[in-house]
Amino acid sequence: MNIQSIDAIVIGGGLHGLSAALHLARAGQRTIVLERSWVGRHASGGSAAGVRTLDRALEELPIAFEASDMWHNIGHIVGDDCGFHAHGQVKVASQEKDIAILETRLAKSHAAGFEHEELIEQSELRRLIPSIADKCVAGLIVRSDGAADPHKTLKAFRASVEKAGAKIIEGCGVTAIERVHSDWLVKADGRNFLAPVIVNAAGAWAATIAAMIGDDIPLGHKASMMMVTERISEFVKPVVSLAGRPLSFKQTRQGTLVIGGGLQGHADVKMQKSAVNFVELAKSAQAATELFPTVGNLRIVRTWAGIEAKTKDLLPVIGPSANSPGVFHAFGFSGHGFQLVPVVGAIIADLVVHGGTNRQIYPFAAQRLMDLNKPVQ
Amino acid sequence: MTVQIDLLIIGAGPAGMSAAITARKHGLTVLVVDEQFEPGGQIWRNIETNSRINRSKILGSSYLEGKETVKRFRDCGAAYRPRTRVWQVEAGCKAYMSTDGVASQVKAKCMLLATGAQERPTPFPGWTLPGVMTVGAGQILLKTSYQVPKGRVWIAGNGPLSLLYAVQLLDVGGKIAGFLDTTPRQSPFKLLSSFVKAAIHAPLDLFKGLGWLLKLRRHVKFIRNVSDVEAIGDDKIQHLRYKTGSGLEDTVPADVLFVHEGIVPTIHPTLSLGCDHHWIGDQGSFAPTLNQWGETTKENIFVAGDGAGIGGARVACLRGELTALYIAHKTRHMSMAELQVQAKPVRSRLKNAMASRPFLDKLYFPRSEIFNPDGRALACRCEEVSVETVRDQANLQVFDPNKLKALTRAGMGPCQGRQCGYVIANLLAGSASCKPADIGLNRVRPPLKPLTLDELATLAEPEARP
Repeated sequence: MNIQSIDAIVIGGGLHGLSAALHLARAGQRTIVLERSWVGRHASGGSAAGVRTLDRALEELPIAFEASDMWHNIGHIVGDDCGFHAHGQVKVASQEKDIAILETRLAKSHAAGFEHEELIEQSELRRLIPSIADKCVAGLIVRSDGAADPHKTLKAFRASVEKAGAKIIEGCGVTAIERVHSDWLVKADGRNFLAPVIVNAAGAWAATIAAMIGDDIPLGHKASMMMVTERISEFVKPVVSLAGRPLSFKQTRQGTLVIGGGLQGHADVKMQKSAVNFVELAKSAQAATELFPTVGNLRIVRTWAGIEAKTKDLLPVIGPSANSPGVFHAFGFSGHGFQLVPVVGAIIADLVVHGGTNRQIYPFAAQRLMDLNKPVQ
Repeated sequence: MTVQIDLLIIGAGPAGMSAAITARKHGLTVLVVDEQFEPGGQIWRNIETNSRINRSKILGSSYLEGKETVKRFRDCGAAYRPRTRVWQVEAGCKAYMSTDGVASQVKAKCMLLATGAQERPTPFPGWTLPGVMTVGAGQILLKTSYQVPKGRVWIAGNGPLSLLYAVQLLDVGGKIAGFLDTTPRQSPFKLLSSFVKAAIHAPLDLFKGLGWLLKLRRHVKFIRNVSDVEAIGDDKIQHLRYKTGSGLEDTVPADVLFVHEGIVPTIHPTLSLGCDHHWIGDQGSFAPTLNQWGETTKENIFVAGDGAGIGGARVACLRGELTALYIAHKTRHMSMAELQVQAKPVRSRLKNAMASRPFLDKLYFPRSEIFNPDGRALACRCEEVSVETVRDQANLQVFDPNKLKALTRAGMGPCQGRQCGYVIANLLAGSASCKPADIGLNRVRPPLKPLTLDELATLAEPEARP
């Protein structure tokens, strides 16, 4: 049997897998990335690429702030700006009573000691987004937030991973994992790899990989729908979301509008296929045209739903396996993992190389989702 | 509002209308939806209006043939919804569409896609310059608004449609600076057996084609065996460059250039439904894989007409009829025994109508340059990705069009592969030394046709705000 022996095997060629591989390789680990189809095939390639601390789960904020700093410096990390622009993210109240939603959130983050969000009045909202509907009365903003270009980001991370010396093998899906002394033998489409370390960044399929090494982690799925319009000249800079209704709205550097907000299509995880539900998606179109009445006559160019993992508490799983030494999980980002990409890779490298990290990751332990009384087979 | 019916037919061309007429004869409830203002499809576009104002004669005898079918369709009792764009089809025979800016859903027991064909995309340097358009587009302008191009008008094409359009232009008093026949020269021996078959079964078709050719060669500068067409200009076409098989090279002034390299089935609806497709080598195109009644590999989803493989209007009518008979049987309006009886004469007429096809396919098979264009040409017009860029990726072992899209944006724009799909499949197949069928096409991401945000929003229930 021909076996390739290395230091670390990253399973999953999405952005989180690439980020882990990048930091591992830079820390001197001989690393390979095994990707079943091709880099960025699912959630990473279908992402809206929001770089958002606004309205993020409080547990994630400490690492999200670090990630934010890394995004502002992303050119130095991966050699390309990844299309990142910090034009802010704003959550808008489109009627008086929705202001309460913004105030409640602000109070909550203040109480936890976070000062990054700022409540703005109608005049400032208009100044920042002149095209917004008159009825919008206030907004909650993080001015240093923004958005990137998912394809540029994938390209840059991929290039950096390869430059750092890690190898990406596409079209190579993991079929079995076995323990061999103190190493893991990973079998993938007829090829065999041996390493003491495995990083499970398999996204929507991460629970299957986790089960292979003895972690039974319940995982749900999302198929968040998005649509993209034809190009128009620049008219909105910040990423806009809406209080009380699912909508996220931004204009890319190409000029297209990307409209999403978490409305769910249908995911067939086994077949790796997803489908759009147009009756649902119509709600996004309705909300978008209410917020920006001038965009109603724009043509929708394409729609899609990206398949990704969702945990019970909507927080990711980041950290060592509960049952198996040398295995580290990074998945379950539940629809908001893009922003965390640069920092999670650094965390994984910490865990692998130093056996621990100073970053605050205890809320993301796999154990919280697992029934630890269940016997491990 | 959702409507449930026996048969939803998408497209009111020859196949769709014939299917509707047949289905109604057997008592099915039928809805026909179509993008145009009037029934007729591409070939008989606007025939009612053009007949009323005495323009139809100029458009030729095969155009006039449509009048009778359109009338029978109008009288058959099928519900007909014109000005309607179907932008999504789903398994379970569900279709989403917009009419005059309002979206709706239709659910049927069976769905017939009679969506016809599109012109084969033919990238060459300068093909995106204003003033360069397809023969099909020129013909639409002629049929709908009687527009005759002015200035130095060139036609560079291969196949019956380019000849017909040129003749129509002459008949309405248009001027053509020159006709560049891009039909590749072939050994007559290779064509012989298919020619004999065509001459026996469809002599009139051949005479008609020959008549166009003779007329053109009499009245228009006619250059044969043309290749390497290139449109040159700053913000519109100003010159046209071409070569011929005999080594002639010329650059001529041009204001309008019409191009045409045959037509290929419209397959985006069946692709998005996940139906199986196969490669038709003789026609250089994909087509949905159908059983003998026109049913796709997805149950109750049917295709008839040029969408099933190019055959022309007469074939389309018969295919539509045949499929409708089977659907009548499937929806319990007809026994199997009766179906066999009814289908038999249609099948034999269909066989005759297809007789000239092998000859036409051989004669007008596009030159190799169409599948392997100049590196400077844009492969993806929407995102402006050149042929060369695609080849570069292929050299890096990128042979999956979906992956290519993620890397280069080719196929990401408004056409969603309707224009670039074939070009990219051919380029990648060329580099990988395999067939386009092994490469495949981009995953189709809806909507299938342009849909505005306002239109989609009409599909939502009025927002019940708390």
